[in-house]
Amino acid sequence: MSKPKVGFYWCASCGGCEEAVVDLAEDVLKVVEAVDIAFWPVALDFKRADVAAMADGEMAVCFVNGAVRTSEQEEMARLMRLKSQLIIAFGSCSHMGGIPGLANMTDCETLLRRVYQEVPSVANPDCILPQERCEVPQGSLTLPALHDTVSSLDQMIPVDYYLPGCPPPVKLIKDAVSAILQGAMPPKGSVLAPDVAMCTGCPRKDSKPEKLLVSAFKRPHEIQIDPAKCLLEQGLLCMGPVTRSGCDAACVEGNMPCTGCLGPTGRVRDFGAKALSAVASIADATEESKIAGVLDKIVDPVGTFYRYSLPTSILHKRNRHEGNGAH
Amino acid sequence: MPDQFEPKIVAFFCNWCTYLAADLAGTSRLKYAPNIRVVRLMCSGRVDPQFVLDAFAKGADGVLIGGCHPGDCHYQEGNYKALRRAHLLRTVLREMGIEDDRFRLEWISASEGDKVRTVVNDMVAKVRALGPLHLAAKPTPQVVAAHAHSITAAAVVGGA
Repeated sequence: MSKPKVGFYWCASCGGCEEAVVDLAEDVLKVVEAVDIAFWPVALDFKRADVAAMADGEMAVCFVNGAVRTSEQEEMARLMRLKSQLIIAFGSCSHMGGIPGLANMTDCETLLRRVYQEVPSVANPDCILPQERCEVPQGSLTLPALHDTVSSLDQMIPVDYYLPGCPPPVKLIKDAVSAILQGAMPPKGSVLAPDVAMCTGCPRKDSKPEKLLVSAFKRPHEIQIDPAKCLLEQGLLCMGPVTRSGCDAACVEGNMPCTGCLGPTGRVRDFGAKALSAVASIADATEESKIAGVLDKIVDPVGTFYRYSLPTSILHKRNRHEGNGAH
Repeated sequence: MPDQFEPKIVAFFCNWCTYLAADLAGTSRLKYAPNIRVVRLMCSGRVDPQFVLDAFAKGADGVLIGGCHPGDCHYQEGNYKALRRAHLLRTVLREMGIEDDRFRLEWISASEGDKVRTVVNDMVAKVRALGPLHLAAKPTPQVVAAHAHSITAAAVVGGA
């Protein structure tokens, strides 16, 4: 019997998810033994035409990382969906939109102007912006179109499973691969990680007081972080209470607060809303002016609470329509 | 004015104070703008910020939360939690391009039927002045099969 074919693809991502595959170390050999890698642009020399030539559903599973930002990424996502029986959204960007998804706070025009004209390190006196088509003596050059909105993978194509994390923890990848090989997969649509909050398995759990109250929120560089005490109690914005576990509290082990890359637990629809709710609840103030004093110290609330999940949040992007009283 | 914009406002009222105040306004035959849709919850502290976002995403032009005055919460401190959450949520809504006047938290006790009237009328007037909230629709996956043929063909023609 021939080995099942597997594909990897990256969309709007940093490459960290590909690193996570390499982080399997020697175990990657077991994977290679069990499957036939049919497409992996970052590592192997297969082209789009090779995938296009496959029969529909010829690949058993395809891992797609990165958010969807361009017409090329959308097209490739659709192609992978067509050629693969299972699609697994791999990593935060693919799962929830991720860091690239924060671009939904602005629009394409503002973004391009900022990057190609206003940034202090850029010299572009002719204000040249990237064009989808450009004529040069050798012929015409094309670039994929930039979408105005960044999307998670499941906003473009139906997704079967999600491997969360930025990047997904090695243990979760191994568990997912062995579950696929054994055909022991949970119901479609599942996130392949435990459905409990990070705090449940946090090594500092016992130091979390019964009633947690914070009178001043701080950023990691502002204090000497006590390596044994609950980070929230120290005033750091740890997303542990609202984040799904599965990473063995890697950041907390590294003495840094959880930023929420594994996304919410199963019953939460909007990670940021839950995170802000949890954080506001523990602010030690009851009067309006004092509440403002505590909560206004939080720098960039959207970037903090929706760091990995803006495109899949309920509002999903900044509203750019001005209300119109004359309607 | 036949084509005046009529805002839709979702109001989350607590069972012990504001909902009773709205009831009192009714039995006292006080007239106020008919633009609010009241949802009764046990406590203003039960208003999950997700509810507010969902109301906006599903077409509300404004969201009003009504709870007991500070110190009067049936559950001791639910309204303080509501107050803190509302403060942070307002900051986030502002960043997300939703104006401050579209989201309001008010303490209205069971005896303040008249305050229901003034708050609702005032909010409706302010939201009416802002106009409708046009939120962009969220992208949803399209059926792949419909595109299947063109993709395969395009990909082959496109080569590498």
